[in-house]
Formats: sequence, structure tokens, C-alpha cells
Amino acid sequence: MAEEKNILSVVDLHTSFTTDKGEVQAVNGVSFDLEAGKILGIVGESGSGKSVSAYSVMQILEKNGSIKSGQILYKGEDITKWPEKRMRDFRGKCCSIIFQDPMTSLNPVFTIGYQLKEAIKLHTNRKGKEAEERAVEMLELVGVNEPRKRIHQYPFEFSGGMRQRVMIAMALACEPDILIADEPTTALDVTIQAQILELMQDLQKKLGMAIIMVTHDLGVIAQMADEIIVMYGGRVCERGSAEDIFYRPCHEYTKGLLRSIPNVDSMGKRLQPISGTPINLLNMPKGCAFCPRCDEAMKICLEKQPPETRTPDGHFASCWKMIQAEIESGMIRPEDASGSGT
Amino acid sequence: MDMNYKPDQENLVEVNNLKMYFSVKTGWLSTTPLKAVDGVSFAIRPGETLGLVGESGCGKTTVGRALIRLYTPTDGDVFFDGKRVDAKSIGSLRKDMQMVFQDPYSSLNPRMTVEDIIGEPLDVHKMYTSKADRREQILYLMELVGLNAEHATRYAHEFSGGQRQRIGIARALATKPRFIVCDEAVSALDVSIQAQVINMFEDLQQKLGVAYLFIAHDLLVVHHISKRIAVMYLGKMVEMADADELNENPMHPYTVSLLSAVPYPDPKIAKSSKRIILKGDVPSPLHMPSGCPFRTRCQYATEQCAQEMPKLTDRGNGHMVACWNK
Ligand SMILES: Nc1ncnc2c1ncn2[C@@H]1O[C@H](COP(=O)(O)OP(=O)(O)O)[C@@H](O)[C@H]1O
Ligand SMILES: Nc1ncnc2c1ncn2[C@@H]1O[C@H](COP(=O)(O)OP(=O)(O)O)[C@@H](O)[C@H]1O
Ligand code: SF4
Ligand code: SF4
Ligand SMILES: [Mg+2]
Ligand SMILES: [Mg+2]
Repeated sequence: MAEEKNILSVVDLHTSFTTDKGEVQAVNGVSFDLEAGKILGIVGESGSGKSVSAYSVMQILEKNGSIKSGQILYKGEDITKWPEKRMRDFRGKCCSIIFQDPMTSLNPVFTIGYQLKEAIKLHTNRKGKEAEERAVEMLELVGVNEPRKRIHQYPFEFSGGMRQRVMIAMALACEPDILIADEPTTALDVTIQAQILELMQDLQKKLGMAIIMVTHDLGVIAQMADEIIVMYGGRVCERGSAEDIFYRPCHEYTKGLLRSIPNVDSMGKRLQPISGTPINLLNMPKGCAFCPRCDEAMKICLEKQPPETRTPDGHFASCWKMIQAEIESGMIRPEDASGSGT
Repeated sequence: MDMNYKPDQENLVEVNNLKMYFSVKTGWLSTTPLKAVDGVSFAIRPGETLGLVGESGCGKTTVGRALIRLYTPTDGDVFFDGKRVDAKSIGSLRKDMQMVFQDPYSSLNPRMTVEDIIGEPLDVHKMYTSKADRREQILYLMELVGLNAEHATRYAHEFSGGQRQRIGIARALATKPRFIVCDEAVSALDVSIQAQVINMFEDLQQKLGVAYLFIAHDLLVVHHISKRIAVMYLGKMVEMADADELNENPMHPYTVSLLSAVPYPDPKIAKSSKRIILKGDVPSPLHMPSGCPFRTRCQYATEQCAQEMPKLTDRGNGHMVACWNK
């Protein structure tokens, strides 16, 4: 396929953490492509490995974690091979990240302006007055009123929504090609969330960067994402366009997820939850990670991980139920489904 | 308080002009009243669910807590089953009015077993005749909320979020309440688990006839579970209507923008819907705008809005709106 289209390609990524209870395999063979200038959504319930996937790209994992195998190709180069010094340049200049709680990434004892200028000086050759001008310009860009006055204020003088704007300004100060947003609006009220999402969409159009939007919120994903990957238990269940995932889901987990959200027509009807309890990564099933909660589980699901397979409409899912249906309808041959992906 | 106020006998819960002010330190020796809830009125029928929505800090939790007298209200009248709820009567009414909280992690003592957590209200209200009766009631409650009886002797910290929320609900149900305030009771749960707990709330209502004040910030969840919905902004109630009516025909400018801001889990709808993006943030409740509290962000604000708070008026079929211009 056209290599150049993808600014980032993650191939069979495995990331795990050493804990006193054993090795936690948080990311278990994740692959996805990010096209330049597009928004990729990563969705799944808590603990499914969304954040760890994102942090692996940035190589900002906690000390007990490491990338075990796989490739992360940025413009074709495998950055997992890069030394830390080169990665420091990568962070900020090529790829930036914003988090759910801006307070944890802002230092309460320094002014907003100081912190913004430090970020600008670190990644560009702007200094002094020039850096300050850039800081003001960035605050203006993200819709902070009276930026010249507000650069002298401290983080506590900003509301949650305003702090998230500051974080976006900081992340975009060096015009990265990729912005990773990890649950950027989860802590915000819905009207403030709408402001931030609109801002991100505007900036994306204006600056043309690609965005990886990590969220558990199917509404946010529906509004923002061009492409979506659905994760469960550290694995990708399904990936495709937003329309593929929402209108033509093929993996039983994706289907269950969509059935369980209330919508305007569901009033008076029962919701259809997914049964069972969330996954325990220390006790992963041998076969499909979703198997213990899946109503359609078969014997093979218990024993063998389903390979990623092309769905009838051309996106990708890893589900034995779908594979069997495709074999029965003659769409694929049994031997095509025994490999480890496409 | 209005000692002459007469509640409607058909209402299980009736709240009239409820006010809850906190006194907040604003300087070395100065305090300012923070009007967390400022004149809120509503009623709930037996077995009914009233949803309560609004941005964080608008006073939802305070309404719930003042209502069941975890706070002593600054002013206003609260009735339960026709009886005035006050310092004197609350002792005997406590059993009937319970609360379920958002965070199943912090609201349960991790060092207590499930049995003891659920049994505690039974102990407090001396609601059993023998040890065996106590145990039987606990097992019945566990079954009601879908917990495995074998887990009775386990500790709360051994359970996942959804199961802890079930424990919290079993505990709230122990005294056979007729009314439960559910304060963000499903907000911390993943959607697949959230759906299980929402269904359980609905099943319990069917089975036991319990009424809910269902507080949540997720409008789709509230719409799903509620018969009627009340919308608050900065301590005031700005709109209240049947759930479908509110959703299809919101009138207050705040409700309209709130509903338009909800990202709908459907790409075509979410990407094409016209959002009314509100400017700025909610003002601090310590610096409440005069008149209508929404006027600093309202595109329809006129001079009158700064002068006087509009009253909630019925626009037909019980659709109540507080706005001068809509
Ligand atoms: N530093 C760590 N040590 C041990 N386990 C971790 C660490 N960080 C994350 N994990 C585990 O990795 C799994 C995936 O986490 P995460 O990517 O944060 O999930 P998500 O973002 O989808 O909610 C979780 O089970 C989490 O407990
Ligand atoms: N115990 C308290 N003391 C002082 N202020 C409080 C107290 N509880 C709540 N408040 C304030 O009252 C307002 C309403 O809070 P709350 O009822 O918790 O809102 P919500 O539940 O809608 O988020 C907020 O401004 C909050 O800071
Ligand atoms: S592979 Fe099997 S267990 Fe997994 S989702 Fe598909 S049908 Fe269910
Ligand atoms: S009363 Fe005035 S300010 Fe308030 S919502 Fe109505 S038009 Fe807007
Ligand atoms: Mg995360
Ligand atoms: Mg609250």
C-alpha cells in the first residue's frame, strides 16, 4: 500500500510492565496506521491498553514498563531503535501529547507564560522576546482571551477548560506532525468539552497535523475520528473508518459496546449490556481476550487467538465468529484464516 | 420556611424553594455566602425517576444531600410522603431515604467484608430478629443486585468498580427505602458495566417500587432512565419537563446548548450536528450575576435578564421554563 500516506505505522507492538504480581502485558500485538492530517481514534474500556499504546509511541512509559517487540515507524523510520537523545527531539517537534488532567503537566509554581516559553525554547531556536511573542501567539491561537495579561498568571488562575487550552498551545508550539490527545476532555463538562473538541478540529484544519485521539467515550470518537481502532485486553479487536466501526461492526466486542450505550431511542427499552466483569491482564485467556464475556464464543475462541482478517466490506477485525461466517459463505478459504494477520 | 405550605398527597417527595448556602472563607476574617442551591422546587411520585442534570458545581449533589438532610437546608420545605422532613422527623424517615454515591472505591470501607457493609444499616436500625435473619436479609439483598452469595465474606477492595457499585446499592436497599438519591452512581463505570447497573436500577424500581432522584452529567444516560428531567444552572433550576419533551423541545437557552453539546455516538449525526458553543466558563458562585444566572453566556440576554431572575413557569403539559425571552 502507499507507504507515504502514513506518517506513523505501529506494527505488532508489545509493551509490558514488570510488577511484583508478574508481568503485565498491557499491549499485546497492536498494529495501526496514522495518515498525515487525519484523526485516528483509539477506543476501548479502561485498562484496555489505550494509554500504554500512546505512551509507547512517545516512549514515555513508566520505569517498570518497556516495549518488548514490534516497530513504530515514523515517516518510515523505526523510532524504537532511536537513542533517547533523538527521542527527545521527536517529542515536541514531531509528536506531542496532552493528557486528561492538565494540572498534572503544569507546574503550579510557575506562570503560564514561563512554562510556555520554556517549551518553545526547548524545541526551537527562538529565545527571549521572540519566545514570548510565540507564547502570546499560541495562546491567541487556542482562544485564550487577553493573552498578554494571562501569560503572567499561574495555572490555578485558569479554569479546567482554559488549562486544557494552554496544554494544547504548549503541545503545538513547535508545530508537530502528530498530536496525541489522551482523554483530553474526560474531566471537563460537556459544554466545555464541546469547546475543546471544536478547537482541536479547527487547529487540525489550520495546521494540518494528524491526531491520535484516545478516549473511552464513543460519542467523542464518533464526532472526531476518521479512522478508529477498538481495543480490548491489550489487543486490537477491530479497525476501520468511523462508519465501518459504528455502522458495520464485525467483532463481537464492538457490537456489544455499541449495544450497551443508551441512545435517544432506547428509553423504556432495556439496554443490552456485555455480561461479566472487566478483563484481568494477569490472567489472560489463551485464545480471544473477549472470550469469557462473549455470548457467541466457540471452542476455537478459547484455544486460539483470532487472526486479523479482512471483513466483508474491507475493514479489519479479529473474531472467529466473523471468520467462520466468511468461510461458510465462501468469501475466504479456511487456510487464509489460519495465518497471523493480513 | 413556609409553615403553611401544603404538599400534594400524591407526591412521594416534594421540595419547595430549597436553599442551601455555605459560608466560604474569602479573606483573613471575611466570609461570603456561597449559594449552592438557591430556591429549587420539584416533586417526585412514588416509583418515579426524576433526572437532575447540569454542569459540575451547579448544585446537584447539594440538592440531594440537603433533601435527605445530610445537610441542614438554609431555607425551604421538604416533604416525604406528606410529612415535613426536619430535624425532628428525620430520625424516623432516614430508613426511607437513602443515597448511592459516585465513587464505589471511596464510599466503601475496604477493610469491611461485603456482609458487614450491607449489614451495617440493618444493625443501625435494628432491623433483624436473629443472626440467622440478618444473614438471610443480606443474602437476599446480594441476590437482588446480582452479587454471588459466595462473595459475602470477601472484602470490598477485591471487587471491580461495577461490583462495588452493586455492593453500595445493596447497602442502600437494606432499609427498604422508598426513595434513593443516586448521585453520579454510574458515572465512573465503563459503558458495558454501566449498562448492567442501569438495567439493575430499572429492575429494582419495577420490583420494589422505589423512586429515584437520578443525578448524572451524562445526558444520554439520564434521558434513558428518567421519566422527567430537571436542569440546573448555578444553583437555580432553569427547566423541567418529561424526558422526551425536554430532549425534543428544549426551551431554555442553557438546555438547548447543553443538549447540542452532547457528542452523539453516531458519526453521521455527531459530525453534522450544529453545536451551540457557549462562550467562556460558568461564573463563580461567589460572584453570582444579578438576575438570570445564565445571562453572561446567553445570546438572548436583554436588560431585563440582569434585573430579575425569571420564575419557572408552565409552558404547557408541565414543561417548566425559567427564561424572560424564550
Ligand atoms: N506502570 C504500570 N505498572 C503496571 N501495570 C501498568 C502500568 N501502567 C499501566 N499498567 C496496566 O496496563 C493496562 C493498560 O493500561 P492503560 O493503557 O492505561 O489502559 P487504558 O488507557 O485503556 O485505560 C492496565 O491494566 C494497567 O493497569
Ligand atoms: N460543603 C461545602 N462547603 C462549601 N461549598 C460547597 C460545599 N459543598 C458544595 N459546595 C459548593 O457548592 C456548589 C455546588 O456544589 P455541588 O452540589 O457539589 O455541585 P454538583 O454536584 O452539581 O457538581 C459548588 O460551587 C461547590 O463548590
Ligand atoms: S473470537 Fe470468539 S470469543 Fe472472541 S469475540 Fe469473536 S466469537 Fe467472541
Ligand atoms: S432569562 Fe435572559 S439571560 Fe436568562 S436564559 Fe433567558 S434570555 Fe438568557
Ligand atoms: Mg488511559
Ligand atoms: Mg456532584
